[in-house]
Amino acid sequence: MPADSVVELLERGGGSHSGGGVPCGDGGGGNDNQGTPQSVYITGMILALGGILMFFMALISAWVVRRGFPNSDWQSIELPHILGLNTLILTASSFTLVRSRRLLVRGSEADYRHWWGVTAILGMFFLVGQIIAWRQMFATRLFLATNPASSFFYVFTAAHALHVLGGIAALVVVGSRPAQHLTLETATRVAAIYWHFLAVLWLLIFTILVVGR
Amino acid sequence: MVSSLLRSRGSASPALPLAIFLCFFVAASVYAFVARLYPSPPPISEDAVLVDRQYALTLYITGAAFILAQLGLAYAVLRFRDRGQKAKFIRGKIALEILWTSVTLVAFVGLGIAGRNAWAGARFTPAAPDSIQIEVTTNQFVYTFRYPGADGKFGRLDPSLVNAPAGNPLGIDPNDPAGRDDIVVSDLTVPVDRPVELLLRSQDVIHNFFVRELRLQQDTVPGMVIPVHFTPNGTGRYEIVCTQLCGLGHSTMHSHLNVVSESDYVNFLKRQAFVQ
Amino acid sequence: MSSPSRAAGDTIHAPVGALARFLRRYVFSTDHKIIGLQYFFLALLAVTVGMILSLLMRFHLVWPAAHLPFVAGGIMTPEQYLAVMTMHGTIMVFFVLTTAPQSAFGNYFLPLQIGAPDMAFPRLNMLSFWLILLAFVVMMAAFVVPGGAPISGWTAYTPLSGLGEIAGPGEGMGQSLWAFSILIFCVGSLLGSINFIATTIDMRAPGMTLMRMPLTVWAWFVTAILSLLAFAVLFAAGILLVLDRVAGTSFFMPAGLVVNGALQTNGGGSPLLWQHLFWFFGHPEVYIAILPGMGVVSHILANFSRKPVFGYRAMAFAICAIGFLGFLVWGHHMFVSGMNPYSGLTFSLLTVSIGVPSAVKTFNWLGTLWGGRIQFHSPMLFAIGFVSFFVTGGLSGIFLAQPAVDTTLHATYYVVAHFHIVMGVAAIFGILAATYYWFPKMFGRSMNESLGKIHFWLTFVGVYCIFMPMHFVGIAGGIRRYADSTGAAYLAGLQPLHRFMTIAALVTAAAQVIFFCNLFRSLRRGAPAAVNPWNGTTLEWIAGSPPPADNFSGRFPSVYRGPYEYSVPGAASDFWPQNIPPGLNPGESTEQRYAG
Repeated sequence: MPADSVVELLERGGGSHSGGGVPCGDGGGGNDNQGTPQSVYITGMILALGGILMFFMALISAWVVRRGFPNSDWQSIELPHILGLNTLILTASSFTLVRSRRLLVRGSEADYRHWWGVTAILGMFFLVGQIIAWRQMFATRLFLATNPASSFFYVFTAAHALHVLGGIAALVVVGSRPAQHLTLETATRVAAIYWHFLAVLWLLIFTILVVGR
Repeated sequence: MVSSLLRSRGSASPALPLAIFLCFFVAASVYAFVARLYPSPPPISEDAVLVDRQYALTLYITGAAFILAQLGLAYAVLRFRDRGQKAKFIRGKIALEILWTSVTLVAFVGLGIAGRNAWAGARFTPAAPDSIQIEVTTNQFVYTFRYPGADGKFGRLDPSLVNAPAGNPLGIDPNDPAGRDDIVVSDLTVPVDRPVELLLRSQDVIHNFFVRELRLQQDTVPGMVIPVHFTPNGTGRYEIVCTQLCGLGHSTMHSHLNVVSESDYVNFLKRQAFVQ
Repeated sequence: MSSPSRAAGDTIHAPVGALARFLRRYVFSTDHKIIGLQYFFLALLAVTVGMILSLLMRFHLVWPAAHLPFVAGGIMTPEQYLAVMTMHGTIMVFFVLTTAPQSAFGNYFLPLQIGAPDMAFPRLNMLSFWLILLAFVVMMAAFVVPGGAPISGWTAYTPLSGLGEIAGPGEGMGQSLWAFSILIFCVGSLLGSINFIATTIDMRAPGMTLMRMPLTVWAWFVTAILSLLAFAVLFAAGILLVLDRVAGTSFFMPAGLVVNGALQTNGGGSPLLWQHLFWFFGHPEVYIAILPGMGVVSHILANFSRKPVFGYRAMAFAICAIGFLGFLVWGHHMFVSGMNPYSGLTFSLLTVSIGVPSAVKTFNWLGTLWGGRIQFHSPMLFAIGFVSFFVTGGLSGIFLAQPAVDTTLHATYYVVAHFHIVMGVAAIFGILAATYYWFPKMFGRSMNESLGKIHFWLTFVGVYCIFMPMHFVGIAGGIRRYADSTGAAYLAGLQPLHRFMTIAALVTAAAQVIFFCNLFRSLRRGAPAAVNPWNGTTLEWIAGSPPPADNFSGRFPSVYRGPYEYSVPGAASDFWPQNIPPGLNPGESTEQRYAG
């Protein structure tokens, strides 16, 4: 149920969801409790993303302020080369995720699981790649407290990586559910929204790191 | 009649005591603000007078709103207490909403705009070019004032040279000739009727420089040099206090501003040049 | 035939089973009502601690040589005073004013008022509570670690809060625990806001459009949005502060710091950056503290004036406007911070603008009373008190909103008076009003009305006696966060005012004992309460007192009209509940109209 506009999103709760005053769950039950429509999980994830985005915007504002100090001690750092590869991996994982969900909708359970697993594995490769990136930084003697640029590098990448870790856990949990599970469509949708957000967020962070070097 | 004022359906009504208390409260508050029982000390600069004028304007407007609102509340609770009447079913009145929204908008934003000049005079305009420059350094929990001396130049400062027990609390570089005649004291002395520019610095944490009579307050921030300026027009000895929480000695951190005559100021500089 | 071993087994298992049931029902519950009560009692505990801390401060300011309880060594040192002050502010702002109005009453009554069986994410709800409780435990631990509690104020300005132990007592472990507690609190709050917003959007009863939501629901909804955005920023700021403290980074720590003669190795950070990040959170936070109270007051004024809220749409819009503008004004805490003075003027104009929707709400409250049939039960008294305090506190803010005037009042007791009147009094009155109003629903019993009235009078007069003189301390130059008046000479002249305030504080605090006794006694021995003791129109009043587990015993309501249809002309009774279909006569059960 895509929300066409904010107003529609807000008004949706005003009576149209549960058909006639007796909420017994949308789409055939399997809800946590009586009357929780499936749309609420999508809403909840979007709200969570709002909070996460604000968190990163706060970090980015701090970065902008620090970067813009006159006479500041900002020293450019050379970014680890593996970051580009990591970006490709994470972006690719978004595509495999889209593919996986299309297959689920079409009813090909095995194929859905296959591509869902590939997504999770690509996510793990991304994390491993980030760890390698940190080691490349260590090798050039750039640690967390070395200079402002390196501090922000580690804070951005670590904060993002922790969220990716949570995303992989979510992929594993959702992917292990039996395909007949009634809320699987919603669960995969919610996990997908989160995963795509992390990919876009990484593109933003990566751009900032590269451009603002 | 009093008993009917006291009573309402079902229980003795607090309506009258509430209304009486609100009226008393309004009267007492207005009196307290108008009688200036604990006033701020008289201003000693033109900028300070502008601040006081803006304060007075704000007091009149907010005071009027305060009186109207509190007395309106008192009247409403008294007049419309339950005496068996039927409540009026009104959902609202658009005209009223527009009216009080516009009035408050004009009053509040008008106040904000009117206050611009007092702020601008102190903060938007830089210090006069012939201002006496004095550097103020704060640290836990003292003020240190530095005059540039006869050469009119401040010596270079180096934080690694700070050594208060050895007599160099500011870290003046001994190799810089401009610093040789710098005057370092713990009180601020300035001549009357001459513009002064203070360069505010801090060594450790955020402190503050506040002189009530100047109506001037500014945080001192480590890593920044913040200029403020004033022209005092009244001689006297005034308190400088720290208002920004800076540690366990925060309440004891204070100094004095001495506004003296021109000749006294010249003598002060001569004495200090000899002593330093 | 029963065997002896089975009988013995029953005897052993029965208490364990009862314990398990008790834990599942009252401790590890996902029921929003239980969670709301958990938050409520946590806030009650926190406010007790916070009040004791404030009394210690007030006592010390007037009798500095006195031996005080809870103070190590008896006589309070300056660092102990500052630690008490820091913890008082932190505990009150986070664990009372953010917890009680929103997390406690919002959790309990949001689903009820929208006709839902529970919150959208009940298990997430339980997790939120446990995080907030954990945050409270970590915060309290700061009192008992070496060095004690932090001394940098609830605002924790850097570099003071970032230097560690060398900055002063309590700045070591104490400040770190404070920071960890705040970070945990942020996560709990964020999860809670997601629940509130999603529930309000997706789980309203059929027929409950936005414009038929009670104003309490509007307030909780907007507050949750503020929470979601603001606590995310505080979380980021907190992480950076922790890194500065433990990892040697310099986000907020400038270069060249010399602390106690020792040169620090930080480089190039900005103390002002902390202030910007903190106040970007901190200003919406104070609206988080007050908006639910505004919603509750509107709700109660209508109920006990037997009239609709005057200008319902304007009120809903004003809540949104206050929420939105609340994000644009944070710089008014920083006029003298070293911030660009032109920014100061911009923030000033935005700040005075926020006075407009606040004034609109005040006028509409008066309009709600006007022409009403006012019944002065305890909830109504506290709601009326709220209006008076909000007028006083809000207007004193207009002075602080202008940078030129703020230059003389910043960091004086004038500011302390202002924020205590709006937060420490008005918001608290909102909590008290809500408690008296909803106690019968939550516990199925009534509170004692006479004690409620006595509590109201002592508190109403008492807090005005405490905080009105405080303005004059500030105008005369009394500086806040001072442990004593041994510094500047003029401070001694303000002692008479301090003495008056301390005595008023002691009396007012003692009066709160009446409230506590009334509350706890009525839990067990209060008269049984009716389902709708106040003849209210909103959906919580059709559920049982207390409501069953799914709130409406399977018969979920639909909504046919707005939330405040009181004294509708032509109706047989003076209230028309939201859930009664049109065409049905609302004129049943007009007895018990005056619950006395």
